[in-house]
Amino acid sequence: MSTAQDTSADIAGTRPAAGKSILTVPLVASLATLGLLIVVPLFLKNFVVFQLTMIVIYAIAILSLNILTGASGQVSLGHSAFFAVGAYATGIMMEHANVPYLLAIPIAGVICFVIGFLFGFPALRLKGVYLALATFALAVAAPPLFKLGTFEHWTGGVQGLLVTKPEPPFGLDISQDRYVYYLSLTIALIIYLLSVNLLNSRSGRALMAIRDNEIAASSMGVDLALYKTLAFGISAGFTGIAGALGAITVAYVAPDAYTFNFAIALFLGMVIGGVGWLPGSLAGAAFIVFVPNIAEGISKGLSYAVFGVFIFAVIFLLPNGARQLAYYLYAQIKKLVSRF
Amino acid sequence: MELFTNQVLSGIATGAIYACMALAVVMIYEAIDHLNFAQGEMAMFSTFAAWQFMQWGIPYWGAFVLSVVLSFAAGIAIERALFRPLGHASVLVQIAGFIALFAIINSVAGLIWDFTIKPFPTPFGSTPLLGGVISSHQAGMIAVTILLLGFLYVFFSFTRVGLAMRAAATMPESAKLVGVNVGWMIALGWGLAAAIGAIAGIMIAPVIFLEPNMMGGVLLYGFVGAVLGGLSSPAGAVAGGFIVGVLENLAGTYIPGVGNELKLPIALAMIIAVLVFKPNGLFGRVQVQRV
Amino acid sequence: MSIKVRSRLAALSAATLAVTMMSGAAFAQKKYDTGATDTEIKIGNIMPYSGPASAYGVIGKTIDAYFKKINAEGGINGRKISFISYDDGYSPPKAVEQVRKLVESDEVLLVFDPLGTPSNTAIQKYLNQKKVPQLFVATGATKWNDPKSFPWTMGWQPNYQTEGQIYAKYVLKEKPNAKIAVLYQNDDYGKDYLKGFKDGLGAKAASMIVAESSYEVSEPTIDSHIVKLKSSGADVFFNIATPKFAAQAIKKAAEIDWKPMQFLNNVSASIGSVIKPAGFENAQGIISAAYLKDATDQQWKNDAGMKRFDEFLAKYFPEGNRIDLNVIFGYSVSQTMVQVLKQAGDNLTRANVMKEAASLKDLELDLLLPGIKINTGPTDFAPISSVQLMRFKGDTWERFGDVLSADATN
Repeated sequence: MSTAQDTSADIAGTRPAAGKSILTVPLVASLATLGLLIVVPLFLKNFVVFQLTMIVIYAIAILSLNILTGASGQVSLGHSAFFAVGAYATGIMMEHANVPYLLAIPIAGVICFVIGFLFGFPALRLKGVYLALATFALAVAAPPLFKLGTFEHWTGGVQGLLVTKPEPPFGLDISQDRYVYYLSLTIALIIYLLSVNLLNSRSGRALMAIRDNEIAASSMGVDLALYKTLAFGISAGFTGIAGALGAITVAYVAPDAYTFNFAIALFLGMVIGGVGWLPGSLAGAAFIVFVPNIAEGISKGLSYAVFGVFIFAVIFLLPNGARQLAYYLYAQIKKLVSRF
Repeated sequence: MELFTNQVLSGIATGAIYACMALAVVMIYEAIDHLNFAQGEMAMFSTFAAWQFMQWGIPYWGAFVLSVVLSFAAGIAIERALFRPLGHASVLVQIAGFIALFAIINSVAGLIWDFTIKPFPTPFGSTPLLGGVISSHQAGMIAVTILLLGFLYVFFSFTRVGLAMRAAATMPESAKLVGVNVGWMIALGWGLAAAIGAIAGIMIAPVIFLEPNMMGGVLLYGFVGAVLGGLSSPAGAVAGGFIVGVLENLAGTYIPGVGNELKLPIALAMIIAVLVFKPNGLFGRVQVQRV
Repeated sequence: MSIKVRSRLAALSAATLAVTMMSGAAFAQKKYDTGATDTEIKIGNIMPYSGPASAYGVIGKTIDAYFKKINAEGGINGRKISFISYDDGYSPPKAVEQVRKLVESDEVLLVFDPLGTPSNTAIQKYLNQKKVPQLFVATGATKWNDPKSFPWTMGWQPNYQTEGQIYAKYVLKEKPNAKIAVLYQNDDYGKDYLKGFKDGLGAKAASMIVAESSYEVSEPTIDSHIVKLKSSGADVFFNIATPKFAAQAIKKAAEIDWKPMQFLNNVSASIGSVIKPAGFENAQGIISAAYLKDATDQQWKNDAGMKRFDEFLAKYFPEGNRIDLNVIFGYSVSQTMVQVLKQAGDNLTRANVMKEAASLKDLELDLLLPGIKINTGPTDFAPISSVQLMRFKGDTWERFGDVLSADATN
């Protein structure tokens, strides 16, 4: 894999620049992006805010895929299943047990962490295409499970479950959409910082050692089983939180929302954003939300084909996704700066 | 007991569909060392091409041969035009390419031929055999699958090209050193996989009807069959296809309560369980990894 | 430009009068909400043009072609329809996004014929809060006829449960000791049919239904289900499947020499796209129910409505496949929409559109079966509530018995 030679700091997107200034280009870029994410929605229509919320939520899910694939090298085509579990757990807690959503979201994350951690054990034995297929099986198997008549009382079966969209607290005078957006953005930011710290820590380096060469890593004393299952658990847990946010944003959970098509969309988002590059998750999420809309604007009958052509265009021009573009711009800016 | 026999037989008949597709999966795996998610759609398109030729008045076998030959050429063309330039990108990027190819082929077929189902003719007739559980077409399909299997076995084990192709896929650098043209081996693998896919599609269509989304489920089961049997073993893949067909039927029939609604998840869970104990599939070569 | 009428339907006339007088334009008869002007009516729609349900995308294309025809012929009361249709890929979150775009960005007057129970459930609450009509949804679930809780949502086609009940009554009458096997798709559509069927059988359901089997759309074939159902010894078979699977089931049942009395749900009662691929010889005697004419049934060859349909296809939708029931569906639902807008005249407020949609009286369409008419009222949001039973014979459907409505079955 082309990511093999990257350092841990690079993965987290916070490579310290060579200059002496504290305000490095990546840091300035990150802060500028964050600033835009905070300010711009104040001036947008509610439905655009809704779209941005979905992007932020998908970015969380793609970021968790990046932790798994980019850091520990395990491929997953099944993250729609964890997203679904998070969404359903939140919906069921809120609607059947009156759990407040702020409590339901972290609980959903914990549930998914446990499930992901457990799934990590069989995943330990599987590599490459076998793991891809096993996770894909998870994505395919999830919707029939949620439809199952036995659980219909809780899940709503094939009809799905309507979820209450939260009202802004303390009588805040902002729309529901903006409130849910800022809530999602806050949680996304927390998860992002946690992930950056995780990958820069000892554990993060252990994970990347596993990715680059398992046998070598284990001979250096890295506990393969523990780290790999942990990576699965953490990734699933973050995805579950994304699913929980998705449930309250859309205000509805249904088996048809979490088919394997969604798992594939998340996977595409990761590749488009740049595998292993956390800030790319946001770019990948924007791609999977906006590009299908652009594609259908070009041709209704062939929208799917146009979408495919867009993907080819991106992977031909930027095989390393948004990360490549960012690095290119970074290099250009450095050149400009050094001229003065 | 009659139900059991019938379900096993009908599982074998359905398994033939999976086995046929699993062979195409093995073919591409031997050539490029991973799975092609667009393979089902390529087979679907080839089948539509055969159907179109017949609509234009070409007789069955003429359309059959034409479609297989064109698919072979199209497979090579796709590799040269779209995937060769991605040769140095990571596997994940190539998977994204497969997904894009899937979307393009599916969408174009839907636009040309729309989504209504079309009956597809069979040269074997549809006389019921064994009390109707298997039709003569399905028996014919099993025969074709076994013929293809024989072809692949001979190809990979005894021909220069076949051996070179396997070498090119598993150890491209070493293969290059001994004079194998790795690039063309990969293209040839794409061509053969597309041709086998075309045959599989033409065999499957009479049973499940021709329409643009026909191969989605088939490819999934084909993958599962091939992985279960072992991706590096054509015979294993065929056996895997049949096992999946039978297993799924028995799970759906005999597991009380949720068996019917969950027969796919149950079958998948069993297969994951098998893989945990035999990570290279039931009949696959064990791969040794070097540091 | 827009006069918002935020009153209940019942209090409508009084409220509009007051608003008009306050605005000092007592004699101006033209009233508009967002999405309607002197020259244009904006209609929004979502459809699965991509993804697993893309077979239904043709409904959206048919509607688009039909509105082109209306515009070419001068529009509705002088206004052109601008039809904005987006792809939701049959995914509820995408459906919410696209519908919000229609309402908040494109500013459509109403959302027309959105497809699929999951997508419609996802957008129903939003549209009702915004008081935007969600008209003639393309799903046969029963829940769309609930004007009390959702006064802005209306169904169109006969609901699945009613149809299931009608088959059940028929079985009880013709074969009271039947042993029944049911094949159904494991989703809202399949389960709705099954529920209606069981309700219709009443207390005898448990004893009469000897086997049930559900399939997932991801299964390549349903052969093993048929083998299993046959082994139950059933002599009645209810086939609740979408076209591909319905055709597979009919063919397989014949192949394994299982000859029960067969019921085929209306969703798949197309000669061209189901019966013919399954083989005419395998389909003799199958019973189904219909409300639309089948373009591939030659009994309508000289029918005036069918001729108009064919002219439309030739002129405005040449790429449309007339054997596809979805094209007939799209044509008919569009005619209903046009009728509502004609009735609304120059009063194109959302409330008035809803009011007119709920005042359709004995409306006949080109492709509705003779005797089946569209009727709605303030408490009846189910435009088409009757079907007629039919039996397949030779290469055509023979209708029999009276036109049956939901009320008749209760």
